[in-house]
Amino acid sequence: MIPLAWYLTFAAALFCLGLYAVLARKNSVAILMGIELMLNAVIVNLVAFWRYNEPANISGQAFAIIVFAVAAAEAAVGLALIISIYRRRETVIAEEIDMMKW
Amino acid sequence: MTVSQILFILFALATLVAAYLVVTVRNLIHAALWLVASLLGIAAIFVMLDASFMATVEVVLYVGAIAILIVFAVMLTRRVMEDVGPQRTNNWWFAAILSVLFFASTSILIWFTKWPNLPEGDVGDTVLILGKSLVDPNKYVIPFEVASVLLMVALIGSIAVALPSKQSE
Repeated sequence: MIPLAWYLTFAAALFCLGLYAVLARKNSVAILMGIELMLNAVIVNLVAFWRYNEPANISGQAFAIIVFAVAAAEAAVGLALIISIYRRRETVIAEEIDMMKW
Repeated sequence: MTVSQILFILFALATLVAAYLVVTVRNLIHAALWLVASLLGIAAIFVMLDASFMATVEVVLYVGAIAILIVFAVMLTRRVMEDVGPQRTNNWWFAAILSVLFFASTSILIWFTKWPNLPEGDVGDTVLILGKSLVDPNKYVIPFEVASVLLMVALIGSIAVALPSKQSE
């Protein structure tokens, strides 16, 4: 039997790798990849908690499905924004996209 | 150590190594391919958690759709980076320290909490229960419909955003 803490530690490590990508990468597409890793870590957590509490109550998996839908919408809109910015400003480097900087 | 524990460690290590390569490798196409490997590892973790539908959705949605979308985005915006120059910001060490600190504090919290054990018995036909509860008015039909509206809005919105504007032609 695998303890629940193993799954949670695995998800925490995955989340921190995604956090590092979001904070440290220059390319916006790489930042989006980090966001995908973080969302996956959250989904692993949700499914693990569902399995270890009451599997007959399906709410954990239903929540995870909704998170999947939000992740798909986020990826589509985020990549469309990156392509639109690239078309106008010829850059995808997050530091150079600063026209709204105060 | 049981067989399932060894399998879990193997899959978790493979996923984490692939995720580490996603965040560190210079070539973005390689990073996208490592992301696919990492997502497949997560699908295996879902199988170990008896969540067969989640594993299927992970492969179909993430590996099949989002990863391909990311590969397309990398190819469409390729000329700028050209794999030269630093791929990480000047303050990357601060991000690394923050991530390690966050992981350490979360791990301490996780390992000092008493978690419930795995419930006895089979989980039953979760796909059937999940499918029924997603269209049950007393359960999750409203979140389900809101999610479908959200996907529709995202579809139209991303087309509207990515269309070339008229004055740029």
